[in-house]
Amino acid sequence: MGFYFAQLLTGLANASSLFLIASGLSIIFGVTRIVNFAHGSFYMVGAYLAYTIVTALNGGIFGFWFSIIAAAAIVGVIGLLIEMTILRRIYRAPELFQLVATFGVVLIFQDATLAIWGAEDLLGPRAPGLDRAVRIMGEPIPEYDLALIAIGPAVLAGIWLLFHKTRWGVLVRAATEDREMVGALGVNQAWLFSAAFVLGAFLAGLGGALQIPREAVSLQMDLSIIGEAFVVVVIGGMGSVSGAFVAAVLISVLNAFAILIFPQISIVLPFIVMAVVLILRPYGLFGKPGSEHVGTEEPEQPLKLMSQKSTMVLLAAVMVLAFSPAVTADFTSILLVDVMVATLFAVSLHFMMGIGGMVSFGHAAYFGVGAYAAAMMVKFLGFGMLPAMLLAPFFAAAAALFFGWFCVRLSGVYLAMLTMAAAQILWGVTFQWQAFTGGDDGILGVWPAEWASSDKVYFYIAFVLCLGGIWFLRRVAHSPFGYTLRGIRDSQTRAEAIGVDTKFHQWMGFVVAGSLAGLAGVVFAFSKGSVFPDTLGIAQSIDGLIMVLLGGIHALAGPIFGAVAFVMIEDWVTRLDYWRFIFGGIILVVVLLAPDGIAGGVNRLIRAILPNQKGGAA
Amino acid sequence: MSPVLSVRNLSKNFGGIKAVQDVNFDVAKGEFLALIGPNGAGKTTCFNMLNGYLKPNSGGSVQLNGKELLGTPPRKIWRMGVGRTFQITETFLSMTVLENIQMALISHHRRVFDMFSRATRLYVDEAMALLDLVSMSEHAERACSELAYGDLKRLELAIALAHEPALLLMDEPTAGMAPSERIALMALTADIVQREGVSVVFTEHDMDVVFAHSHRILVLNRGELIAEGTGDEIRANPTVQEVYLGGGTLFEDKKEAANA
Repeated sequence: MGFYFAQLLTGLANASSLFLIASGLSIIFGVTRIVNFAHGSFYMVGAYLAYTIVTALNGGIFGFWFSIIAAAAIVGVIGLLIEMTILRRIYRAPELFQLVATFGVVLIFQDATLAIWGAEDLLGPRAPGLDRAVRIMGEPIPEYDLALIAIGPAVLAGIWLLFHKTRWGVLVRAATEDREMVGALGVNQAWLFSAAFVLGAFLAGLGGALQIPREAVSLQMDLSIIGEAFVVVVIGGMGSVSGAFVAAVLISVLNAFAILIFPQISIVLPFIVMAVVLILRPYGLFGKPGSEHVGTEEPEQPLKLMSQKSTMVLLAAVMVLAFSPAVTADFTSILLVDVMVATLFAVSLHFMMGIGGMVSFGHAAYFGVGAYAAAMMVKFLGFGMLPAMLLAPFFAAAAALFFGWFCVRLSGVYLAMLTMAAAQILWGVTFQWQAFTGGDDGILGVWPAEWASSDKVYFYIAFVLCLGGIWFLRRVAHSPFGYTLRGIRDSQTRAEAIGVDTKFHQWMGFVVAGSLAGLAGVVFAFSKGSVFPDTLGIAQSIDGLIMVLLGGIHALAGPIFGAVAFVMIEDWVTRLDYWRFIFGGIILVVVLLAPDGIAGGVNRLIRAILPNQKGGAA
Repeated sequence: MSPVLSVRNLSKNFGGIKAVQDVNFDVAKGEFLALIGPNGAGKTTCFNMLNGYLKPNSGGSVQLNGKELLGTPPRKIWRMGVGRTFQITETFLSMTVLENIQMALISHHRRVFDMFSRATRLYVDEAMALLDLVSMSEHAERACSELAYGDLKRLELAIALAHEPALLLMDEPTAGMAPSERIALMALTADIVQREGVSVVFTEHDMDVVFAHSHRILVLNRGELIAEGTGDEIRANPTVQEVYLGGGTLFEDKKEAANA
């Protein structure tokens, strides 16, 4: 009995820091409607700052707690700077922009942290005065855990008072319900948004700072917490602080007991809970539909078939690509295979987001399933390359069929979160199921057949499959099926009123996009000769989002430009020191300067140079 | 002649509130029927039950040419031959005017899952004919997002007629339009309806529009049908006057003004 009570207390202690970071995320989302990926970075920086200040002060109980608060306050100031320099410019941009911009901030923080604190994990001191364990029902419980259990509800109470007893708090709640109305009532939104962001950043910093007696401070803290924090916010209902508290407790306590039965579950458990909650309550436990994301996007222009001139240019580009192996070195062919794989992946994601209007934060799931299915068929079933290539996309289609059914029941940011949950569940399974998937070691030796083993021959296989896939998706985009998807995106009501089964159609669109992502994954697996869990990871999904965004979401050619640019930039930048910093900077520059992406930017450039011609690279 | 639409014992409660109580009416072929009433009378509730967005209390029946509509999802009601327009226009803004009509035709011909044809090449002539009907053919290639609101309304009307419906449901067709545009749109609708033999049920706040164009008027108040008749009959009806103005005279004859 005592043992179980101890597990419960551990769960509650974990819940506190999870709640702190999630509540900040939820407040920021509620007011600004920004899904802040950089929130994990605030958490990490909070921990590093607290470590530095605690060690520098070295001053007993008072020094310790002063350091914690000071670290959180500095993170709040950093949050203010980021809000004022970056986010303020993109509040009205589409969600995707905001997500990718905050991911750019994540990259910059990773390298800035690395430069300041180094790559070594740092072990913080124990909390003075709370460094022992007490026995409760015979089990040793760290005193610091008990302090954390008290801090969570205390902060919740503090936020409650702030939100219900101060004018500012009332405005924050009002903005969460309907920020247009609050603006119409003459409230200075810029100031309100900044203040909400500072509070959110402060809470994340506090959550990170409080962790230093419990875990080593490391550079992985940011991305390891952010997935779980998202889950907590979504389960609780976006914008609801008490929801975040309940969700944090629910997940942490469930986790504390579930690992007793099935130790591997902790990676996927939060995502499973989230999937279940979203299916039962599409807006989370305490969430309300609330005001939608208000973007002032220009309406998208109608699709055009390519002009003769553009077709010629495209054909010329394909011809150059087709003959490139004859004149270039092998490593160029290998790079070009990467480009083609990335392009097919990006085009399939664009099909889902741009055409279908379903933003996916987890498109890597289908890429990875395709790659793993091919690898396992080769490894365990002794399939040849061609049959594996042919069959593997069907596994991706099956995964998309399964997860898509749940996802299309939601919309907007909740749909995006559920796609991410799906990808994380698959990632977790792959990572944990050592016997079947090789776990972290991946599956090695997935090489092309003998006849296709030269880089140049494999180039042509990739050429046929990837360009075929891209051609197919373009064709579908111009077909009644693709038009209907766009119609549903434009107006679900109208689509239904002309007899379209909107959910079913979106589901099928999801499956088409997933299958083609799977095909990209297959080509990828054989080109690398191995597959690892990262192929299903968040980073891979975000790479896809960046490609689509770089290219511009409103043009069919966008993802092609975007993927080519992405792979080229990545290939060049990753050779440099602090490449994440540079890459994050590039992302921010693109988001802030060319909000319609490279294709949009090129179009604008053409129109500026040739005012009489309409640039229409659709 | 049997009615196109027959509504029997239609009721809807929201909790304890009786939003619509036991409403009965028929719509004849080619009839232009207005559903009016003060705010909160139950017009929209009625409408949303007819088009499948709301589930009525059990016991009622709505039949289109003898086939039951109740319990059928909106997209199937459309397939059975009911076109509809919305109070705030719902169109595909990222498409051209012509493509909007083509979409309705593609769906009507059950080709939404076709992945290999070029959508823009399908049913062009039929779509152009429909645009002609609402005098929009010169706008065919324009982006829908560039249209003026009055043009969007006409486009929506053409979309609603694409599958040659037996019945057209129009929810506040002239909401948000200038007075002269309202009359023009309804005159156009009345004209088309007469030529194509479609029946129309519409709700409307603008009494000029109602009296100028409807063949028959149903008046709802507090969820009940309190009067039914031609424009003149409704104008003279003391119950209706009571409801709208709490007594006194109502609705001066603006018919001439409207037709001028």
